[in-house]
Amino acid sequence: MHPAPSVLVFTVLSGLGFGTLAFLALFAHLYGLPALLLWGLGYGFAIVGLLASTFHLGHPERAWRAFSQWRTSWLSREGIAAVATLTVLAPVALSDWLELGWSRAPATLGAALALVTIGTTSMIYTQLKTVPRWNHWTTPVQFFAFALAGGAMLTGQGIAPLMLALLALAVMAHWQYGDRRFAEVGASMGSATGLGALGKVSVFDPAHTAGNYLMREMIFVVGRKHAAKLRVIALVLACVIPALILVVSAHPVAIGAAVMIHLIGAFAARWLFFAEAEHVVGLYYGKR
Amino acid sequence: MTCLPAKTDKKLGLAIDLDTCVGCNACVTACKGWNDQGYGAPLSDQNPYGADPSGTFLNRVHSYQVQAVDTAAVIVNLPRSCLHCEVAPCVTVCPTGASYKRVEDGIVLVNEDACIGCGLCAWACPYGARELDAAAGVMKKCTLCVDRIYNENLPEEDREPACVRTCPTGARHFGDFADPESKVSQLSRARGGVELMPEMGTKPVNRYLPPRPKDTLQASPLAPLLDIKATGFAGWLDKMLGKI
Repeated sequence: MHPAPSVLVFTVLSGLGFGTLAFLALFAHLYGLPALLLWGLGYGFAIVGLLASTFHLGHPERAWRAFSQWRTSWLSREGIAAVATLTVLAPVALSDWLELGWSRAPATLGAALALVTIGTTSMIYTQLKTVPRWNHWTTPVQFFAFALAGGAMLTGQGIAPLMLALLALAVMAHWQYGDRRFAEVGASMGSATGLGALGKVSVFDPAHTAGNYLMREMIFVVGRKHAAKLRVIALVLACVIPALILVVSAHPVAIGAAVMIHLIGAFAARWLFFAEAEHVVGLYYGKR
Repeated sequence: MTCLPAKTDKKLGLAIDLDTCVGCNACVTACKGWNDQGYGAPLSDQNPYGADPSGTFLNRVHSYQVQAVDTAAVIVNLPRSCLHCEVAPCVTVCPTGASYKRVEDGIVLVNEDACIGCGLCAWACPYGARELDAAAGVMKKCTLCVDRIYNENLPEEDREPACVRTCPTGARHFGDFADPESKVSQLSRARGGVELMPEMGTKPVNRYLPPRPKDTLQASPLAPLLDIKATGFAGWLDKMLGKI
């Protein structure tokens, strides 16, 4: 699958944003400027991520329609959950910042909604049977692990290094299972063409010599060249280095550096999440 | 609405005969021609006469080589378009309700005025049946020529999809798969029509009729000539020349 920059920004930043909001809602006891800074970062990441997701739309001006099909569509549910989270947590954030002393009752609901949002984002990808690597329980696990590790780091939680260790496990599990998924699902050129019973199927003459939407969007073979090296880089930057920094120091500067390094690794991991994902439509083109 | 109907009154679709298809691409051209002028946004091309041409098509013809053990390879042309699945994953993923499956005839359509062009339906389709039009920014797909098949302004023989109407070899058949006595149902039964990628659980309506088994091939059409035994003078000459 083509790793479009807008989708990378959307999934990475909104995950970090909603993870941060969940921790702030449940565990933060901040007031004044620190509250403004952290709530601002949580809201900022979440909103920038959501806005980025509209950049690749053919008709962004119609994006409001995406709130209507919650009964079947995970993308629609994601939009609703995101807006609900940001709305429910707004009075909590305002009260923390301006020390208004309002009830923190909506915080628990807001944190739950933040988790629902992260889950719905992951289900947009997990639901796709056509992309076997994504169509597996390790996808939501990985999305939750990224969001919660990022949120724990940014809000200075003591369990952040542990969360980063869990994230490393989640990411490796996704790779481990993912590498076998296409074969497990059993789609082949034989089943795609319905000719498998007659013999070994191979491409004789492609349907077209120039590229098309399907090939640009779903057959992204170029990017897998350095996949093995990128996996190591992603793991080291997203998990290992930030965890080491946070074990040594909990100073805000250390946290800032750890989050920045973590984000670079998260982008590398998310890039791989797309670039390594093979869509079954590639079978018609003899590619995966 | 993106909820799939539990049951559709009809199941309109195509039976495509891979034995008869010669891969001439007439269906591709007819499809592009018809769908450029009526229903929805036209199928645009980008840089059509330049070095890197690209465009939106609702139907594309692939050619495959099928190699069985101990026989010559067979070339099979395979037109690929929307199969109007009963369990259409492209419909349920749509966040806006632009994609829908009609209760009356099972045709899967896109309401282009509500499409935001997010592309998720194209990701959900195993068959590559949906292409986002680069000029219009909305998703395009086969409509089964919904603006032909019910169109009373057209002569009756033209009330079938453009690809079916144009096919010079009669490889494409249009009809109702919900009716077991329809032409397409009978054809599919008689020829063992297959579903593409059944493992995806989409329950496609369209059926592909596999190529009929070929006659057994001899090693070479010239083989009998190699076995001729020369007799008489030619036989003597053959023996003499062999000894030199």
